[in-house]
Amino acid sequence: MNADTIVEYTAAILMVTGGLMSLVSAIGLIRLPDVYTRSHAATKSSTLAVLLTLLGGFLYFWALERFISVRLLLGILFVFLTAPVAGHVIIRAAHRSGVKLADISKKDELAEAKERLMEEQNLERLNREKKNDSGV
Amino acid sequence: MNKFRGTGGTGATAAQFLLNLFIAFLWMLLLDEDKFRVTTFAAGFIVGIFIVFFMHRFFGTQFYLRRMFAIVKLMFIFISELVKSSWSVIGQILSPKLTIRPGIFRYDTVLESEGEVTTLSLLLTLTPGSVVMEVTEDGRGLYIHAMDIESSKQALIVQLKNFEKAIMEVTR
Repeated sequence: MNADTIVEYTAAILMVTGGLMSLVSAIGLIRLPDVYTRSHAATKSSTLAVLLTLLGGFLYFWALERFISVRLLLGILFVFLTAPVAGHVIIRAAHRSGVKLADISKKDELAEAKERLMEEQNLERLNREKKNDSGV
Repeated sequence: MNKFRGTGGTGATAAQFLLNLFIAFLWMLLLDEDKFRVTTFAAGFIVGIFIVFFMHRFFGTQFYLRRMFAIVKLMFIFISELVKSSWSVIGQILSPKLTIRPGIFRYDTVLESEGEVTTLSLLLTLTPGSVVMEVTEDGRGLYIHAMDIESSKQALIVQLKNFEKAIMEVTR
C-alpha cells in the first residue's frame, strides 16, 4: 500500500462520512418536532457534512493531482460563515412571530423575558397616560 | 503575568519580526547554497521563530506570534467541540424514541466587544445542539436554544467557557 492509496482511502472515508452526516441531518429534519429543533438538524449536521466532503475532495486533488484547490477551502469558509447566520435569523424570526415550541420543550426563558418587557412597557405607558390625564 | 501588557505595541512586534527575518537571512547565507531556495529560507524562518520565542522575555514584550498561536488553538478547540457535539446530536436524532427536552436559557457572557460576542455566537451556533436566538441590547446576554436542556446544559456551559477563554486569548 503506497502513500497515494492511503490518501485515496482517507479522502473516500471522509466523503462517505460527510454523506452519512447529511443523511442523518435529513432524517433529523423529518423526525424533530418543531422549527427550532429542526433548525439544529438543518444547519448544524450539514456544516460538518460539508466540511468533511469538501475536505475529502481537497485532500484527493492535493495528493493525487498536486493541485491545491483554493475554491474548496473557500467553500468551507463561506459555509461556516453563512450557515450559523441563517440558522440564527430563521429561528429568531420564528420566535418573534410567535411560533410555539414543541410540547416536549422544557422552558423558555426568552418568552419569559419578552413578557416581562411587555409588562414593563405597558406599565410605563399607563403611567404616562395617567400623568397626561392629571396634567390636563 | 500580564505585567508588560501595553508595552508591546506595534513597534515591538515589528522589531521581533525583523529579528526573525534577519535570522532567516543569516541561516540562508551561512548554509552557503549556490542559489536562492525558498525552502532554506523557510527553514531559517522556523528556526528564527524558536529563537525569538525563547528570547522574547528579554525584550519585555509579548511574543509577536502569540495571537496566531491563540487563533490556531481556538480552531482546534472548535473542531474538537464540533465533533463531540455532533456525535451527541446524531445519537439524539437516531435514537428510536425522541427523549430530548429542548429549551431556551439565558447565558451572560463575560466578553465585551462586539467582535468577541459575534465570534462566540458564531462558534456556538456552528456547534450542534445549540443555537443563539437573541442577543440582548447591551450585547451581554445570549438566549440560547439547546437541543436537550436537561442533560446537556452543563456541558454547554463548559463549552461556552472554553470558547470564551480561547477568544479572550486571541483578542486581548
